[in-house]
Amino acid sequence: MAKYLLKRIFYLLLTLFIVITVTFFLMKLLPGTPLQNQQKLSPAEQHLILKQYGLTKPIWQQYLTYVVGVFQGNFGTSFQFSDQPVSYLISSRIGPSLLLGTQAMIIGVIPGILVGALGAIKKNTWIDTTATIVSILGISIPSFVLAVLLQYFVGLKLHWFPIADWGGFAYTVLPTLALAASPFADTARFTRTEMVDVLNSDYIELARAKGLSKWGVIYHHALRNSLIPVVTIIGPLAVNIMTGSMVIENIFSIPGIGEQFVKSILTNDYPTIMAVTIVYSVMLMVVLLITDIVYGIIDPRIRLSGKSN
Amino acid sequence: MQSNETILKVNHLKINFNTYAGTVKAIRDVSFDLKKGETLAIVGESGSGKTVTTRSIMGLLANNAVVEGGSIQFHGKDVLKMSQKDLEGLRGAKIAQIFQDPMTSLDPTMRIGRQIAEPLMVHRGVKKEKAMSQALEMMKLVGITDAENRINDYPHQFSGGMRQRIVIAIALINYPEILIADEPTTALDVTIQAQILNLMRELQDKISTSIIFITHDLGVVAGMADRVAVMYAGKIVEYGTVDEIFYNPKHPYTWGLLSSMPTLDTHSEELASIPGTPPDLLDPPKGDAFAPRNPYALKIDTEKQPPFFKVSNTHYAATWLLHPDAPQVTPPKQIIERQKKFAEMQREAAAKNQHHQIEEEEEQQ
Repeated sequence: MAKYLLKRIFYLLLTLFIVITVTFFLMKLLPGTPLQNQQKLSPAEQHLILKQYGLTKPIWQQYLTYVVGVFQGNFGTSFQFSDQPVSYLISSRIGPSLLLGTQAMIIGVIPGILVGALGAIKKNTWIDTTATIVSILGISIPSFVLAVLLQYFVGLKLHWFPIADWGGFAYTVLPTLALAASPFADTARFTRTEMVDVLNSDYIELARAKGLSKWGVIYHHALRNSLIPVVTIIGPLAVNIMTGSMVIENIFSIPGIGEQFVKSILTNDYPTIMAVTIVYSVMLMVVLLITDIVYGIIDPRIRLSGKSN
Repeated sequence: MQSNETILKVNHLKINFNTYAGTVKAIRDVSFDLKKGETLAIVGESGSGKTVTTRSIMGLLANNAVVEGGSIQFHGKDVLKMSQKDLEGLRGAKIAQIFQDPMTSLDPTMRIGRQIAEPLMVHRGVKKEKAMSQALEMMKLVGITDAENRINDYPHQFSGGMRQRIVIAIALINYPEILIADEPTTALDVTIQAQILNLMRELQDKISTSIIFITHDLGVVAGMADRVAVMYAGKIVEYGTVDEIFYNPKHPYTWGLLSSMPTLDTHSEELASIPGTPPDLLDPPKGDAFAPRNPYALKIDTEKQPPFFKVSNTHYAATWLLHPDAPQVTPPKQIIERQKKFAEMQREAAAKNQHHQIEEEEEQQ
């Protein structure tokens, strides 16, 4: 297990390095400079500022400087916020994003599994139909549309929750719901399909022949086997939530890194773009690593260090 | 081991399946009984209704199945009228089943010891440790080598033959009165087949269970069964003791089945087969379902279903050929040879009997 983890972490770092490299050059291909909105400055002044930030050097030299800096833990300073270190910028903003993401994941995936399983067990009844309709809505309504609807009806009309800003649990409810809709719907659809398959399998027949009750069969045999493939979509769901958060954080004015990311791209704030990319990549790769470990735990056939005869 | 106590009685069972295409009449009036300790083989080709019959005994019919009539009496109680809860108490305790494909019938994510112990825990409320030790005993009984070390392994760590032994262990852990074996060797290598059949025979003696053995392989039947029922298109067409079916068959379908099974005496170049396909049970024929494929079919076969004609006390066949007014037909050559052998066997048995009687009389004197 330790050996496996070390190997995975090595590959994680390697992937990260590739991500940094590709993003860096792609970002430099973007038109404009960090100073494009500063028309008041004369070209000479602009050149002076660019030189101060090392942006007049050849690109490969900028790249080397950046990579060396990253490996020393130096992510540079933001162009946008009067020379704040990027690391400070991110660490002060990652909290809301992580909180929202985690909440959305939990209230998306767990009810998704339950609703999907219920749909499969009660196949072709009104419960199944309702579950299917709800999940199709969840898949087809974009999160930003849902966000606006929630703001209008639940926030503005019903006054149940604040419509925007950040300040406590109540402020997280609407953005979490908006973010959770798509993972909920995906998990429900996927679980239903898997569960229907599993319930038709021979070992479920055998479990029934053993005399287990209907729910005994589901709890002891069907659920775990249906969840194995569901675990694999948790990675893509995390990506969904991360990209969704960029939009949702903007709509709800949440001071998170998603909102920061969008701002920094609009202003060509190179060090911030790079740092946020790194943060997103690391989060995603950690989710994938956890997924693989969980996968091994629930499916003995791919267990990493199982004894075999 | 056999006694005359009947433990299961299936009476005029009729089962339909509602499908989009219409109502499939899968079981059309099936009756048989099972005696304590005996092995009854139900033989027939795919789709003849063998599996549906056994599922109805377990109360495990698919949702679209409708029991149209009949009863299944187990110790005097009708299984078809039992509540779900009563059925759950029956399954895996009194009536157990071995399935066809051992590669797919074990839960891939559960340790096999637990899977074997499960029926004990469900039906007898045995605590886990005790159930596991009984599971270990059962693993040894069904011949799983190194059982102590393998009890915590998962199904994928076993070969097909070993997995079928595990399935058998699951079925037998509660010492059921009836064991339904639904083609238990079809998915196995021929060499493993023989091992599993031997194991089943051995265990039947040890735990004195009755077996309903479903198969399409007559070769397997000869060594396993006491009695045989031949099914065709949702009906039993002939039943009798294994000798009666093998050596004195009366129904043309049984003739066809036996002729298509090569024996050491088969000399012809070509293996016999039954022409045509089974009838569509969405719209079963009015008369004998086998008539369209039957070279010996009479006119009445297409008009009226034949009743059972008695051949002996244990042997019945549903064919108009046995009607007193029916013309005499000559069965295939292979069947005639079999019947000769049967006559010989009967003469020998009679002679032996006489001999016994004389001896007994002498002793009495």
